[in-house]
Amino acid sequence: MLKVENLWVNLGDKEVLKGINLEIKPGEVHILFGPNGSGKTSLLMTLMGFSGYQVTKGTIIFKGKDITKLGIDERARLGLGMSFQRPPTIKGLKTRQMVALCSPTKEVPLVELAARLKFQDFLERDLNAGFSGGELKRSELLQLLAQNPDLVLLDEPESGVDLESIVLIGDVINELLEREPSRNKEKSFRERRSKRAKAGLLITHTGYILNYIDADIGHVLFDGVLSCHGNPRETLKCIQKMGYEECLRCVV
Amino acid sequence: MKRAREEKLQKAQEAAAKSAVIGEDLDLEKFIHEVPARPYVKDLSTLTAAEKKQLLASGVDPAGIERTGSFLQMDHSVVHYDVQQEGLEIMSTAEAREKYDWVEDYYWRAVAVDTDKYTARAELHQEHGYFIRALPGVKTAFPLQACLFTAQEGLAQEVHNIIIAEEGSELHIITGCVASHEVKSGLHIGISEFYVKKGAKLSFTMIHNWAEEFAVRPRSATIVEEEGVFLSNYICLRPVKSLQMYPTTYLTGPKAIARYNTIMVATPGSLLDVGSRVFLRAPETKAELIARTITTGGDAINRGHIVGEVPEVKGHLECHGLILAPKGLIYAVPELEGRVAGVDLSHEAAVGKIAQEEIEYLMARGLKESEATAAIVRGFLNVDIMGLPKELKAELDKVIAASEKEVF
Repeated sequence: MLKVENLWVNLGDKEVLKGINLEIKPGEVHILFGPNGSGKTSLLMTLMGFSGYQVTKGTIIFKGKDITKLGIDERARLGLGMSFQRPPTIKGLKTRQMVALCSPTKEVPLVELAARLKFQDFLERDLNAGFSGGELKRSELLQLLAQNPDLVLLDEPESGVDLESIVLIGDVINELLEREPSRNKEKSFRERRSKRAKAGLLITHTGYILNYIDADIGHVLFDGVLSCHGNPRETLKCIQKMGYEECLRCVV
Repeated sequence: MKRAREEKLQKAQEAAAKSAVIGEDLDLEKFIHEVPARPYVKDLSTLTAAEKKQLLASGVDPAGIERTGSFLQMDHSVVHYDVQQEGLEIMSTAEAREKYDWVEDYYWRAVAVDTDKYTARAELHQEHGYFIRALPGVKTAFPLQACLFTAQEGLAQEVHNIIIAEEGSELHIITGCVASHEVKSGLHIGISEFYVKKGAKLSFTMIHNWAEEFAVRPRSATIVEEEGVFLSNYICLRPVKSLQMYPTTYLTGPKAIARYNTIMVATPGSLLDVGSRVFLRAPETKAELIARTITTGGDAINRGHIVGEVPEVKGHLECHGLILAPKGLIYAVPELEGRVAGVDLSHEAAVGKIAQEEIEYLMARGLKESEATAAIVRGFLNVDIMGLPKELKAELDKVIAASEKEVF
């Protein structure tokens, strides 16, 4: 699904990513740990193609295609989607209109999706205007449900979310990633799991979201370098116990 | 009465060459002043398809659906007027001036006849305009519509409109000022005097739809009495060569309210100089002036002026401008004038381009750059700010959507 090879990125004069190698296969969910300022958001922004993130070396391959130089919208239309940590407010653009715009087919069961996220009351509000932390996350997920990307990049989906909403947010993320266990007459869960194609890359600062989402592989990003790959829970435990200082030993 | 009128004529003659304080000084003699009279049109649906299209693009529905009444003037002829509700009057101002002695009292009371050469011209050469009045306590079910149409190339159209919302009435008016699609140049001088009596509510939505070589000089003022509400909405999205107006409202009674909303686009070659001004003359009066201005290459000047003359008044001025072309001017001039202690006046102005972050955010959802820009611009020009009834808002959404294709 995604293959990042020796990716070096500058943001302004600063080198923020230093030789990232990462592969995400269809059906996999990866978690990215790392302290503030380690380059986690920069990695997601670079994958999505935002201006300002200048790739100085390396390639990004998505679905077998080199997208390193592709525009943001082209990447999105190829099946890449992202949930932003601090999305901008778009004055006058209704959330309802935005969700409709997100759908590639322009046909989306808007009310149904909004109900799923308990977000019906926000459809007539200006996009992200005065939304609380949890509301922003739900707005982002609603747009992603409409967009239905194959690889979802989620930037701290749990930050600023109250305990009640985090369960809902976890459920919807699982749904986006086709990981929601549910009864289905036609196919068994195992059968569906084996055919699962959606993939995800999640940033977490606290690791709290792991209580709600089952991830396959965990990585630690430290000072622009991916230092550790392994079982996400084990990695988290290690960080909780010894702090990111421990990661430093592997980076140097 | 006769004497009062003679005095006005006298003043007009004296001001006939007086330049306006703001705006390019136009040579009135360059325009055509005589034009053959046009026959009365009984049924507006018999207009040509092109004429109907222009009317619709200005919020005026030739079929009159969901309208309480209609008025249509073409060049110098009133070609149609009708009204469907008791307690409402709609006719030519010239006719009203003949019919009622007291109408003379409303002529040039809010606007001074000797303001400049344009007001003077309107008094000396006026051909009609509309008189609309809601009797005390009468509330319009649907808006009234009025259209001032120029069909003769190079014509100077001078109209004088008088609108009266009597005590406790509620009047909604939508006006389209339009040039025929065949017309390139001309001059429109429109005098509008609004009188909002005690406890009355008047909403006036004006859509301008001119041509590349057109000059436009509206001169409007409003007097609002105790607890009256005046809501003025102005929309201009199409090209116009030179447009200058600075409508003024005097809030003379306690708790009176005025709101001005302006949405305008300066296309290449256009100069729009539009302001709004409110005098807060009685306690607990309130004013809100909101403007959204875009340039796609033309010059837009947005003025605003709130004058607090007594304590316990409140006013807010807001001007946001977007520059969408490499060349283009937005000049925001917000003015606040507090003449006594105890006034509460504020303003907010911002001029710039669309934030790259916003465009990229929408692009990350799969929108092309042009689609993302259009969605943001549409949001910027959102008519929700106007606080209009649902039907009228839907109408304006349509007008904006139709213009969008041509403008952006």
